[in-house]
Amino acid sequence: MSNPQQLRYSKEHEWLSAAGEDGVSTIGITEFAANALGDVVYVQLPDVGSTVSAGDTCGELESTKSVSDLYTPVSGEVTEINEDVVNDPALVNSAPFEGGWLFKVRVTSEPEDLLSADEYTAFAEN
Amino acid sequence: MTDAPPTPRRTALDARHRALGATMTDFAGWDMPLRYGSERDEHTAVRTRAGLFDLSHMGEISLIGPQAGEALDHALVGRLSALAVGRARYTMICDDEGGILDDLIVYRLGDEEFLVVANAANAQVVLDALTGRAGGFEATVRDDRDAYALLAVQGPESPGILKRLTDADLDGLKYYAGLPGTVAGVPAMIARTGYTGEDGFELFLAPDDAERVWEALTEAGAPVGLVPCGLSCRDTLRLEAGMPLYGHELTTDTTPFDAGLGRVVKFDKPGDFVGREALEAASHQADTVPPRTLVGLIASGRRVPRAGYAVVAADGSAIGQVTSGAPSPTLGKPIAMAYVDPEYAKPGTEGVFVDIRGAREPYEVVALPFYKRER
Repeated sequence: MSNPQQLRYSKEHEWLSAAGEDGVSTIGITEFAANALGDVVYVQLPDVGSTVSAGDTCGELESTKSVSDLYTPVSGEVTEINEDVVNDPALVNSAPFEGGWLFKVRVTSEPEDLLSADEYTAFAEN
Repeated sequence: MTDAPPTPRRTALDARHRALGATMTDFAGWDMPLRYGSERDEHTAVRTRAGLFDLSHMGEISLIGPQAGEALDHALVGRLSALAVGRARYTMICDDEGGILDDLIVYRLGDEEFLVVANAANAQVVLDALTGRAGGFEATVRDDRDAYALLAVQGPESPGILKRLTDADLDGLKYYAGLPGTVAGVPAMIARTGYTGEDGFELFLAPDDAERVWEALTEAGAPVGLVPCGLSCRDTLRLEAGMPLYGHELTTDTTPFDAGLGRVVKFDKPGDFVGREALEAASHQADTVPPRTLVGLIASGRRVPRAGYAVVAADGSAIGQVTSGAPSPTLGKPIAMAYVDPEYAKPGTEGVFVDIRGAREPYEVVALPFYKRER
């Protein structure tokens, strides 16, 4: 399983894209996390316009067998959620790094312990 | 110092599961395949084509002797002495208070030989109870848990697949019947039973033969889309088929009458049986003051009710409890089995909700099962 080099990762198994010029980053969960969950059947995402804080619960991912909290790896304002994934949660499994992205945040602060792709791969494989 | 956790037991097919990339899970002390790929795809394969399961964790117990049938009549709630050779029956073993110790399938293999199949988690309890209860009868209880591997091939294509590997007369084999035969050249007890709501077969064979038969079934099934299937899809399949699961719908706190399965209790059999008095009272109670009733619930939304969640009325008052819940691949909606107060048990009853982690989600009450195959 390969984790894209241009992304950074949390130990909660989220990925974070580099912020664009508007300061907005895209957030999703990794393929490792999606596989561990099994088929995702429901996602609850944070409200657009709400403020989230790094490490806090901001939603829910429900799979056939279990419910998992969704955390945000960074703090900021939620600017967009992925309506496609709300309508078709299986996108989280089929394209976790692409069409299965979850929400976007205009980042105000981020923790210092985000991982590089190689660091995350080593972490996830242990 | 603490004791090391007990090593999970592994089936004869353990290496095969790992080679197939299965996600393994601990189940009643056994390391069992949960899924090989997508549990939804496995579920769909069983509904439309065929699936292959390793169920070697199930507990087999043999009763042998001239009074084996009478011993089972005394030990269980059913009348097994009346079972014809070659047939199988769904039954239960209860304690003195009428509580369900386990639900069982009993096969009559011969005039003086029965095979009892218990749930993995209860196999020791059932073995101990049968051993005790058979005392005084001319019958021997034999622990055959290590003598059998159990494979199941389930789904509409399963008769065609198995026919390629056996000379046994499958067309003459009815639902809930079993006969000795050979599969892929090895001896097996071939039974037309299962836990998926589909046509299918369960194959009891020597553990040493399990690899060979698994391989032969995989090969014979490949052209029609047979896939290996794990416990995860087995649970959604049985839930759609409205089949109870021990530990969820059935517990020692539940009598067969509470579970809506009072028909398995045969009061008219000769001789006494364990739990009779309590079960007569439970039967009478069920007729006069109906207990909570097991119903099906279908969600309009997407959130999944889980075992233990409260079923509530519009005003938030508790009217029942979910025992099993999952997204139904066949219906495309979350479904659940739940015990509800009798006034809410009628299909179509309005104003039934499940409290899903604080949110009150509306549910439709339906009769079980959710899914019935066309015959």
